[in-house]
Amino acid sequence: MTHRPHSPSLVTRVTHWVGALSMIVMIGSGWQIYNASPLLPFIFPAWATLGGWLGGGIAWHFAAMWSLMGSGAIYLLHGVASGRLRRDLRPRAAYLLLRDLGLAARLRLTHAPGTYNAIQRLLYSGVLGVVILAVATGLSIWKPVQLAFLAWAFGGYDIARRLHFALMCLIVGFLIVHVCLALIVPSTLFGMVFGRRVLVIDEDKPS
Amino acid sequence: MKRPTIDRGLVASELRRVERRFMLKSALSLGGLAMLSGCAIDDEPSVEKALATIMGFTDRVQAMIFSRNRVAREFSASQMTRPFPFNAYYDQDDIRVVDETRWRLEVSGLVSDRRPWSLAQFRALEQQRQITRHICVEGWSAIGSWSGVRLSTFLQHIGADTRAKYVKFGCFDDYSTSIDMETALHPQTIMVLDFDDASLPPTYGAPMKIRIPTKLGYKNPKYLASVEVTNIFPGGYWENQGYDWFGGS
Repeated sequence: MTHRPHSPSLVTRVTHWVGALSMIVMIGSGWQIYNASPLLPFIFPAWATLGGWLGGGIAWHFAAMWSLMGSGAIYLLHGVASGRLRRDLRPRAAYLLLRDLGLAARLRLTHAPGTYNAIQRLLYSGVLGVVILAVATGLSIWKPVQLAFLAWAFGGYDIARRLHFALMCLIVGFLIVHVCLALIVPSTLFGMVFGRRVLVIDEDKPS
Repeated sequence: MKRPTIDRGLVASELRRVERRFMLKSALSLGGLAMLSGCAIDDEPSVEKALATIMGFTDRVQAMIFSRNRVAREFSASQMTRPFPFNAYYDQDDIRVVDETRWRLEVSGLVSDRRPWSLAQFRALEQQRQITRHICVEGWSAIGSWSGVRLSTFLQHIGADTRAKYVKFGCFDDYSTSIDMETALHPQTIMVLDFDDASLPPTYGAPMKIRIPTKLGYKNPKYLASVEVTNIFPGGYWENQGYDWFGGS
């Protein structure tokens, strides 16, 4: 793999997909739990929820909590230890971000195989932070007594509960954009599944 | 475990919960009825079993991080939720009331003195007051003021074996729940006689309820009728239907 340093490593790919599946389960079961006592004047449609009833939703939510935290911890440890996190997600200079935003607005932003553009870096590192906060707020409303410092840090149980909901909204927003873009540029999807991009394979052919 | 009986007032709420009871119970109860629940994935017995296993693991983690020395935050009287919400597995119209002078708390299990207790006996003991946040498994919460006798004091009086694993609470509204001994001995776990500085009203569990601010609402039984100290896993009304047993905050 050393000759192709910019393709996602096996650890990255496995933790990405385990984390993605866990997040889908977290969202569906979280909506089930939300529906038991809605914060806002609407509920999620039953077809979009997981678990069948509140008890089922909770069972799924806490099962996926473990796989999300596990895959997330492995991803971060691996990313830090291998330097990939810093290499791939380190923010670009502001002018590069503005340039890429301008390109994206004109639908001219291309995916350079193997390196993330300024917008990707911002979105991916941003969603990592949001997921970490979502887990932390979730833990704080699950254990407001045993993890009192967390509940305190988020402004108490009621505010932490609302933050947990708001963070879910950000994650869903990211997922919609992320999935759409991955489908528009399928080579990234192949990369995250097989560890190499179809285009890269072509380029690797001896000439 | 006593199953809730379906009577006149309960029929509507029981029907609403019929679907729920198919979920996360034993695989045997599913069968053809699984079609009704509308969720194909967790009707699969193997998935239910896996979820139950993970829930058992989560409960062990909850017990592990529980500390008898860590107390729930207490609030000031001005922060209380008014009116405090009524909540049970039935509607408010179906609250059952007992004659408080004839009420007795039954005592059984691994204790040296099984004589039933009257309210006057509890009134004679030292009272503890707490203004804490009651958190429902549904997500809502409310701050209330409860006072009464520490459960640990009562367990001492009846000569309970505090090495036993569980304390089970039976209620005269056919509710039941049970807790771990560690939580039973927590200083904020109290047997409530008063709510908001007045005798506990029927709405909130007269004549006696158990208040445990380190656990979710469904682990705080109202309309108390019996206390049993035991090593045999007692389960509970909601726990038997799929809520996690530890239910800690």
